[in-house]
Amino acid sequence: MTAGRSKGWPAVRRQGRKWLQIAAYIAPAVVLYAVFIIVPVVQAIHYSFYSWNGLEPLTDFVGLGNYREAFGDPAFRQAMQHNGILVALSLGLQLPLALGVALLVNRPMRGRSLFRLIFFVPYVLSEAITAIVFLQILQPDGLVDQTLKSVGLGGIVQLWLADLGLVFYTLFVVITWKYIGFAIILFLAGLQGIPQELNEAAAIDGATSWTTLRYITVPLLGPTIRIWAFLAIIGSIQLFDLVWIMTLGGPAGASSTMATYMVDQGVNSLRLGYATSVAVILFSICFVFSILYQIFVLRRDVAGGTSRMAG
Amino acid sequence: MKRWTLIAVATGVVACAAVLGVSSAGLAAPSGTKSKKAVTLVWWHNANQGAGKALWDQVAKEFHAAHPDVTVKPVPFQNEVLQNTRIPIALASNKPPDVFQNWGGGSLVDQVKANKVQDLTKYVKPWIKTIGGSAAGWQVNGKQYAIPYSVGVVGFWYNKELFAKAGITSTPKTWPQLIAAINKLKAADITPIAVGGKDRWPDAFYWDYLATKLCSKTTMQQSAVTYNFKDPCWLKAGVYVQQLLNLKPFQDGFLATPAQQGATSSAGLVANGKAAMELQGHWNPGVMQPLTPDNKIPGFLGWFPFPNVPGSKALPGSLLGGGDGFSCSWKAPMPACAQFLAYVDSPSVQRRIGSTSFGLPVRKGTESSVTDPNLKAVLAARSGSPFIQLYLDIAFSRAIGQALDNATADQFAGKATPAQVVAKIAAAAKKK
Repeated sequence: MTAGRSKGWPAVRRQGRKWLQIAAYIAPAVVLYAVFIIVPVVQAIHYSFYSWNGLEPLTDFVGLGNYREAFGDPAFRQAMQHNGILVALSLGLQLPLALGVALLVNRPMRGRSLFRLIFFVPYVLSEAITAIVFLQILQPDGLVDQTLKSVGLGGIVQLWLADLGLVFYTLFVVITWKYIGFAIILFLAGLQGIPQELNEAAAIDGATSWTTLRYITVPLLGPTIRIWAFLAIIGSIQLFDLVWIMTLGGPAGASSTMATYMVDQGVNSLRLGYATSVAVILFSICFVFSILYQIFVLRRDVAGGTSRMAG
Repeated sequence: MKRWTLIAVATGVVACAAVLGVSSAGLAAPSGTKSKKAVTLVWWHNANQGAGKALWDQVAKEFHAAHPDVTVKPVPFQNEVLQNTRIPIALASNKPPDVFQNWGGGSLVDQVKANKVQDLTKYVKPWIKTIGGSAAGWQVNGKQYAIPYSVGVVGFWYNKELFAKAGITSTPKTWPQLIAAINKLKAADITPIAVGGKDRWPDAFYWDYLATKLCSKTTMQQSAVTYNFKDPCWLKAGVYVQQLLNLKPFQDGFLATPAQQGATSSAGLVANGKAAMELQGHWNPGVMQPLTPDNKIPGFLGWFPFPNVPGSKALPGSLLGGGDGFSCSWKAPMPACAQFLAYVDSPSVQRRIGSTSFGLPVRKGTESSVTDPNLKAVLAARSGSPFIQLYLDIAFSRAIGQALDNATADQFAGKATPAQVVAKIAAAAKKK
């Protein structure tokens, strides 16, 4: 017994040491994460139950009142709808467009790197710069209007940013211009990873280029597309800078997003409790979506990787 | 094990020490001053360029020269950043600036309620009369919580040449005359009015002004206290706005036009002769100046007050206006802070505010320092007015003021009727 104990203790001690070691190594990261992520999130949830202007102490507890107001406010519902449309348009239009361009510039041809560069440049610009440049271009009688008029298309000139039915789609075009380069670069990288032998084998079997695209390229590009879609959806839900600079979410809320609505209520109206509840809603949507996407869509791409350590 | 414990403890201590270090550094600074009397006034203001910035830097130096134990540190900010973000956050923190820009009205009421500003009444009593009625906009329950240094009124900045071209011989004095002028300008193929619809508050000027011209003084004064909008004059204000909108007097795409940025802003359109007039505050020449090709205030620029509405309950000549002031935060050392505000309103400083066209001085007897002919006209209107209503979005508590701006912008976009505008403002008032 004594012998057994004397053998067991060092093992336990080693175990203890190991955990201490782990704790010491991860402590800085955990502390940082807690202080800058967890605590603010919990605080935000706390604030969201109060009516609060930021000056007086937190005393006016309203329970779920802020949440009820948000979901009941037509302006917020309109903003949510805009985010939804943006998600749909990103997946429905940007995906085929980016894929098409990626396939084009993936072919061996003269000036290929130049084209890649050109498509990627907008992504390097900050959203603020993009917004200001397009503000100038889209002014009434600005570059876009002048160009259309000079080629005899004056008839389709619109009030791009002032037309309530059009402004959101104008913004979508600017967003696409800015972010399409990122999708193209991702897809190009994905295409590089498809073994050439597969295409050759398909060609020998007499597959048309369309069949090759449908049954080889797209399925093998799947993981890349799924990652891009994840980033595009999260980006669409959180869209703020570009809209704020170009339209402030207007006119009359025609180009609002959840984030512009939140800033309008929080910073401009100083309804900080209410705006925080909007922030919590925005956070929850992103969070739940991320988790579900990880579980149902991305899992097969990372199987054996980070999600299942035991393999 | 000992070693690991030591490391863990050390890590913890280092981490905690870092936090302690930060906080103690923050705490040590104020107490580490040389003598007991020496104080520093950190001063947040919105004059971030030009004559205003130079003047405030000079004023800080002069005050220190006269009061060697008080050091004034001016910190300029861009106006909207200061008003919307910096001040609210700083007031919620433990380290607010000592002196900060204050626009009066509903935000000041909220600051007083939360004990964020100091009562200046006893300090300013000996001299506050020298700025006359201007002081009223910065009082809450009869007590002075901030001091204005410049007060102006909103009016039409117009292009004399375009008016002449359209055959308008004298500036409109009444609402029907304004309508007639708009029609004449349209007939001459001139854009009558530029408005910065993107920013929303310029839309609200029309609604605010028509309310000021339609409602009695009592109704107006009670509105910011009771938030009762049952008097029919509020609805009427929106009806008159609608009458104006139906004339389509604004530039193409006015819903997306910013008020102040670039040559295609509403101020830029007037400054470059692309539109005949704009309803704006006394600051407008300063906004226009950098937007013209030669960086000069255009020579054709003139000013006239908002026309009266005949047969209304309002006193003729009632105006919409507002201004800039300063207040002392709860942390500011007294009486140094109050003395500093007194210096800002001293004749010497007030005259320089006028002579540099930085603002419209409030101290009686310094009006003659204003030499710019347009600002003289603004000042004359201010002096002759029986009642100056503070811009309603400032007069109201922030959330209600913003709801007003949004509601009028909705009406300008064709998304709200006059009745809905009143209903939206009243609904925002109920939320408080």
